[in-house]
Amino acid sequence: MTTLEIAAQVDARGLSCPMPIVRTAQGIKPLQPGAIIEVLTTDPGSQKDFVAWCRSTGNELVEQSVDGAVYRFVIRRK
Amino acid sequence: MTLTVERPTETVPASPVGTELDALAAAIADVEGLPETAPQPIEAAKTELHNLVIINYSGELEKTWAAMLLASTAGAMGMQCKVFITFWGFQNVIKDSKRITGRNWMQKMMSVLQRPGISHRKLSKMDFLGMGPWMVYRLAKQYKDATPKELMEIAQSLGVEFIPCQMTMDLFGIQRTDLIDGMGEPVGAATVLGLIQEGWTPLFI
Repeated sequence: MTTLEIAAQVDARGLSCPMPIVRTAQGIKPLQPGAIIEVLTTDPGSQKDFVAWCRSTGNELVEQSVDGAVYRFVIRRK
Repeated sequence: MTLTVERPTETVPASPVGTELDALAAAIADVEGLPETAPQPIEAAKTELHNLVIINYSGELEKTWAAMLLASTAGAMGMQCKVFITFWGFQNVIKDSKRITGRNWMQKMMSVLQRPGISHRKLSKMDFLGMGPWMVYRLAKQYKDATPKELMEIAQSLGVEFIPCQMTMDLFGIQRTDLIDGMGEPVGAATVLGLIQEGWTPLFI
């Protein structure tokens, strides 16, 4: 589906607000600028939360998709 | 008596408001000079006003939860965030293991009557001698919600600073050793108001 090289993955499935954001913030910290992180969540609120989080932190939301009840976000570190 | 009828028409200003303001603007421009570039308030607000100071005043479970949730999210959002702990908020930052705090009998009695520690908070409604919090925690576990204690630890790990209020520490006889690790130096209200003056967004919870 994508040719992006994923450097890290955050599995926040089953977790509710604000844990997906928190786990992503913790997971993206040690990465190099430009590295890609993939996040999986099941919290419906995370769809808008990740857009807001990326806008506020300056990280780039490269991809956003839904597979059943699982939301997938691909984010490039600032 | 006819004078009273005529009077209002005389007091109406002869010149329209617009021209008066133009004259005022011209006078200000004379004194201060014209602005060199057009102001961009929206962009400025976006880059500058992203600091948050939470004044944690309450020690009830639901309010503690909200305060810790916002603090940890602010940390995750990369915002600079401080939590000013005051009055009942101290019950959130006294170690869970600490049973009795205070220097004199009254201070000790207060801690006996209300057990300190973030894991021992009561609900303001439907507490039912601990039945309410027990159910809330059970539901939180079921829905994988982080507890206030977890959120507080996450907030600290994300760089959120918890600063205690000196006045409350004196009032309740709370010592630095009673508090959780990683707390800042005790400060007063002026520090918080200073942050607000600098443009930090305050929340009083």
